[in-house]
Amino acid sequence: MTGIRLETQDLCRSFGALAAVQGIDFKLAAGARHALIGPNGAGKTTFINLLTGVLKPTRGRVLLGGRDITSAAQAERVKFGIARTFQINRLFRGLSVLENVCMAVAERAGMAGSMFYPAGRRTDVIGEAMGLLQMLKLADTARHRVSELPYGRQRLIELAIAIALKPEVLLLDEPAAGVPSAESHIILDAIERLPEHIAVLIIEHDMDVVFRFAKRVTVMVSGAVFVEGTPREIEADPQVREVYLGQAGPAAPRAAHG
Amino acid sequence: MSVAASSGDAASVAAASENSAALMLMRRHRFRWWEALPWIAGIALYLAFPDYLGFGCDLLVTILFALSLDLALGYAGIITLGHAAFFGAGAYTVGMLASYNLWTEPITSLLMAAAVAAAIGFLSGLVLLRTTGLTFLMLTICTMALLEQAANMAYPYTGGFDGLPSLPIAPVFGIFEFNPLYANTQYLFALGVLFVCFVFVRILVYSPFGQSLTGIRENVLRMHAIGSPVRRRLIVCYSISAALAGIAGGLWAQTTAYVNLSALGLDRAATVLIVLILGGYGRLYGAFVGAVVYLALEHFLAQIYPTAWQLGLGLLLVLIALFARNGILGLGETLWRRYVARRGAS
Repeated sequence: MTGIRLETQDLCRSFGALAAVQGIDFKLAAGARHALIGPNGAGKTTFINLLTGVLKPTRGRVLLGGRDITSAAQAERVKFGIARTFQINRLFRGLSVLENVCMAVAERAGMAGSMFYPAGRRTDVIGEAMGLLQMLKLADTARHRVSELPYGRQRLIELAIAIALKPEVLLLDEPAAGVPSAESHIILDAIERLPEHIAVLIIEHDMDVVFRFAKRVTVMVSGAVFVEGTPREIEADPQVREVYLGQAGPAAPRAAHG
Repeated sequence: MSVAASSGDAASVAAASENSAALMLMRRHRFRWWEALPWIAGIALYLAFPDYLGFGCDLLVTILFALSLDLALGYAGIITLGHAAFFGAGAYTVGMLASYNLWTEPITSLLMAAAVAAAIGFLSGLVLLRTTGLTFLMLTICTMALLEQAANMAYPYTGGFDGLPSLPIAPVFGIFEFNPLYANTQYLFALGVLFVCFVFVRILVYSPFGQSLTGIRENVLRMHAIGSPVRRRLIVCYSISAALAGIAGGLWAQTTAYVNLSALGLDRAATVLIVLILGGYGRLYGAFVGAVVYLALEHFLAQIYPTAWQLGLGLLLVLIALFARNGILGLGETLWRRYVARRGAS
């Protein structure tokens, strides 16, 4: 239960002349509740894409449980135990809520390639998906098409699919983005009830969420780690405040408007 | 209750069986009574219209070809305009084996046709399925054109433009002879082959593999993110679809007793696409409805307006594109749902 689950060493990624992620050394402990914050364009989502294998780094390594997975494809990394949610929903919009979750359960259980046995007889898959929907209070919407549901509910399904993969490392890219604040507590409750052993990295803009949820916070600015610490330390850091107020970059002299 | 405890234990399975959505999933693969209708109609045609069995063979071959395309296009979302490549590969396999008296037994010939078409599907799929969208579409047309030209240039073996006429086909099971004047045997044989292939496709689309193809069609990025080996699944699907198209082509060669370049052309590839869109893709029976409507229109419009029958077909396609994006079956489904909703409301 202890030790480092996910680690990056000198991770870099450039898009042409733009260095979106530059030299990130990052460690995610087992069972971590870690938040990644930073202004828009800081490279947070690029960083997640590097961790999940959507993008290949231009330099550096990604290690999962000490094993180098830098060259592993996205699907392989999922099998190794890295799951994610997307900032913008990526669901099977034409399928029912239950089918969406079943898809993930079947894939994780390694039976999605089987051809000659009806999917409907896999009551274990359907049952597991149903149990997950009940836990997230989505059971009553199970038969609805995803595209018919309000956005907040769709965000929950995004989460349900990730949980269905039974990951060791869960990367949540702004899980409550676009959800009306009246509904966002449902998503936050679900995140708080995640099994303790899962290492969770959450990208979030809402500071209330960050401070309620995270035990550790990393601030990214311009593709690099600006500072890392406990929520209390981050909150108290005047430089972080400046970055968030948009008055200065990391190198700007504070004395100028002190 | 924690997430960890939510795996498929007895309690959640029991809970699932009380949920309408779960019940729907659990029952989806079961046969429904109306699924017998196409086969009853198929036998009825045999008994009632013995003069139309040549037309009937054409119909059955078209259904099988459209069904093979449905697996790739309708389920996995592989949009191809070169499916006649596999039809042609199957047709020429059966045709050349028979023409040179190498192999004339019809059932094993079809299996060989399937194997050759599947091999071409697999090899071209390995390369082509690295691309998507328009690039893929163009490359499928290119593959087909290459095969067509190869068949044309190898005329000492393929008969070139004239094709291979009067193919000798051995009796089915060594008993039932193919009579060139009366298509009774051909029709029943084709019906049997279609039935076997249909059952196979039906099992496939309701299997977890079939579900994952639907997932790839619906959102390929999400499939990657849940750990699905997307490209492998697509190549497998494409090869199976090619094999079925090859069987359709082989069946065409057997029932018409000839093969020519029309098996491989863009014309045939476009026709099968129209048939599938007309009937409704991604729903198994779209191939049946589309083929019946297309061939009936072709047959009767050509009698009424021999020169301009395609005009009528064009108009129908425009109407389908405008008002029934999911084809005739999709339109039927929408109307049925509306009717049920209205009946429920009143």
